Amino acid sequence: MTLNLLLFLILAAVAIASALGMLLSRHALYSALYLILNFGTVAVFYLILHAPFIAIAQVTVYAGAIMVLFLFVIMLLGAGQLPPTKVLPWQRPVAIFLAAILLAEAVYLIFFRTSELPGATTLTPGFGDPEAVGKLLFNQYMLPFEVTSILLLAAMIGAIVLTKVEKK
Amino acid sequence: MVPIGYYIGLSAILFTIGALGVLIRRNAIVIFMSVELMLNSANLVFVAFSRLYNELNGQIFVFFVMTVAAAEVAVGLALMVTIFRAKHSIDVDQMSSLKG
Repeated sequence: MTLNLLLFLILAAVAIASALGMLLSRHALYSALYLILNFGTVAVFYLILHAPFIAIAQVTVYAGAIMVLFLFVIMLLGAGQLPPTKVLPWQRPVAIFLAAILLAEAVYLIFFRTSELPGATTLTPGFGDPEAVGKLLFNQYMLPFEVTSILLLAAMIGAIVLTKVEKK
Repeated sequence: MVPIGYYIGLSAILFTIGALGVLIRRNAIVIFMSVELMLNSANLVFVAFSRLYNELNGQIFVFFVMTVAAAEVAVGLALMVTIFRAKHSIDVDQMSSLKG
């Protein structure tokens, strides 16, 4: 139990540190690399929570495909670092104030509840296996799965149409 | 399993950092990455509750959220390339052409 807690705390520290690194990096390229580290730690959390299929999907889809797309666009545009411009002076303090309120509300709701959250139930054998996930996905969630393919097709066509250079 | 409150707390912190990133950064790509961070923190809670209640439905939802995030990133980055072509900058403060 204490070992689990220690593992959780170390991973949480890495996740929060990499998220802050993403937020505070001057160059967008460093932000992207910190975000990949963050996605990696979240994938380890998924493994701890008995979700191996989601963990691998996280690494391949998020840390792999999506972040490669981000890095590619940052390097293509060469816009990792913006030239300094006139900024609104009140914007940053107001943003930090609002974020502090959001966090305070969340902490209040989590730690000062009247009712107790339930403990973990025992897992059925094979919980979270690719086999179990696939069975649920292709039986109960068949229609949403098919709709997803239409969404991806629409996104693909949209990306091609948006980036097409119009010939005058 | 570590108490569920810890996972919700971690997720809330990550979500707040993501929201802060959307608010204070000017680089549109970094704003996009902050949105990804927020989606990811929501996914973490989905998986944690899926483990808590011994229900696989939460993991299926994470799968769908990932698909939507992938579609969103593809279209969003295409938009950003188009904006960069037109304005030679992806500073969100510069995108004020519609302002009267």
